[in-house]
Amino acid sequence: MTREPNGLITLENAGVRRDSRWLVRGIDLRMRAGEIVTIIGPNRAGKSTTAQLVVGTLRASEGRVQRQTGLRVGYVPQKLHIDPALPMRVNRLLDLTAMVSVEAKRRALDAVGILHLGDAFVQDLSGGEFQRALLARAMVRQPNLLVLDEPVQGVDFASEVMLYNLIKQIRDTTGCGVLMISHDLHIVMADTDTVLCLNGHICCSGSPDSVVSNPEYLRLFGAHDTAGLAVYQHDHDPYPSSRWYGSACRRVNQHGLPA
Amino acid sequence: MTCGAGIIMFDDFFIHALFAGISLAIIVGPLGCLIIWRKMAFFGDTLAHAALLGIALAILIDISSLVGVPLVTLASCIALMIAKRTPSLSSDTILAILAHSTLALGLVLISLTGGRSLDVNGLLFGDILAVDTTDLLVIYAGGGAILAIIIWQWRRLIAATLSPEIAEAEGLSPQRAEWLFMMLIALVVSIAVKLVGVLLITALMIIPAAAARRLVSSPEMMAGLASLLGVIGVIAGLYGSAEFDIPSGPAIILAGGLLLLGLSFVPRRLTANANVRPHTHQDEVGHDAK
Ligand SMILES: Nc1ncnc2c1ncn2[C@@H]1O[C@H](COP(=O)(O)OP(=O)(O)O)[C@@H](O)[C@H]1O
Ligand SMILES: [Mg+2]
Repeated sequence: MTREPNGLITLENAGVRRDSRWLVRGIDLRMRAGEIVTIIGPNRAGKSTTAQLVVGTLRASEGRVQRQTGLRVGYVPQKLHIDPALPMRVNRLLDLTAMVSVEAKRRALDAVGILHLGDAFVQDLSGGEFQRALLARAMVRQPNLLVLDEPVQGVDFASEVMLYNLIKQIRDTTGCGVLMISHDLHIVMADTDTVLCLNGHICCSGSPDSVVSNPEYLRLFGAHDTAGLAVYQHDHDPYPSSRWYGSACRRVNQHGLPA
Repeated sequence: MTCGAGIIMFDDFFIHALFAGISLAIIVGPLGCLIIWRKMAFFGDTLAHAALLGIALAILIDISSLVGVPLVTLASCIALMIAKRTPSLSSDTILAILAHSTLALGLVLISLTGGRSLDVNGLLFGDILAVDTTDLLVIYAGGGAILAIIIWQWRRLIAATLSPEIAEAEGLSPQRAEWLFMMLIALVVSIAVKLVGVLLITALMIIPAAAARRLVSSPEMMAGLASLLGVIGVIAGLYGSAEFDIPSGPAIILAGGLLLLGLSFVPRRLTANANVRPHTHQDEVGHDAK
């Protein structure tokens, strides 16, 4: 295989099987430094599984996963439960996996908008605050690759835009790659370079524009939910130009194959 | 114990017991916290039962229990790790099977030795007053090494406890942390079984940690305070056992339990665990969005 100069990670035909069932299969993904890749897809499409393949918490049952040597990952998992028996303040959470200076912690908390919560216990945070803390934790270690599994779940709509701007800003200043999993089928972060539409396999991928006009995409995901989209656009989104709208990605049959 | 308390306090065996108990309490502080955070109290019990088998085996084949006990407890860890790959049985079930088969085998072996040089009471409840200079050296050397490893690997241990996924993704192997944790517990149990006995080891490990929880605000603080409370429990327990002529192992555990009970009445605002979250929840929605 030819190595790309700033290739952070490459997945080639990667798949994960559990109990003779394929959770995902045939995943091809190449991420370069400074690139933002967004994965969309319905529930149970294998988005989190793909993220776990990328960060290495799951091994591929087939295919290949190749990481740049010395790759520094910052990971925000989709779910994290912290046992109440573990006393843990936000400031301590920030140096969970690596030593971090007090100043760097302060900057990270400020960036995600929870500077006032540095001494709060993580178990006391609201869902949105906790997500911000997790994002601060992942970015404070200055990763080459940020893997964010639904990082804005539980965050209100306006803050969502602010966090997306922040992620873009991190990419711009540090040049890290960002693999982002969207919790919302309708929304892909502005400045996404590549969109991966997933449903057990990659339905289609490419630049946001090319994906919307992809006939495969239209055949699979077009027509549905257009009414819902219109409502979304009119009522809620104050920043229409900064977004790209897709439509719902549906599981076509139980094997996750296109009908 | 027949002599008066005043004399006992200056006897060698009492001093030995004190030093041994204090050293042990210092090591088990952080380990007890890890056991609580990982919800693995039953694992400690299982290894204690394995330690009994180790003692019986050592007597039967005539080797030092300093070798026999860690051998069997470490082997139990490996057996547990292998058995855990069987997804059809919960680790709770596997632990129970392991604990009670090692106990049963230990009892069978003990009966085979014909009671030769065996103090069953000491096995079950320990005999910290029987600690000699050799034991003390083993405790210092082994305990020092264990403590050094805990401090050296602390970040990995905490990260793997909080989130194995994040730890793995960010290069701190949680598998290695789990092995390390199990090995450390196995070694500490091997040391502790002589002092407090099979039945009380888990209590010795988790009571100080549990007593510390309400008072602290970080994992490090909890580990340190657990050690300190453990030391207080050992000192109080040993003096109490001399004063009231009661068995030393149970006295130490009881002292720890009373300490826990007393500390649970400390008002939360007097602890480092006081809620520091600002009451006025400022909603900064949209402030930074442009
Ligand atoms: N540890 C696991 N063992 C077996 N199946 C799993 C496991 N984790 C997830 N799955 C299954 O894998 C599929 C994909 O899950 P996931 O990657 O979490 O989807 P998504 O993140 O897109 O909602 C689902 O059908 C889910 O039930
Ligand atoms: Mg998911």
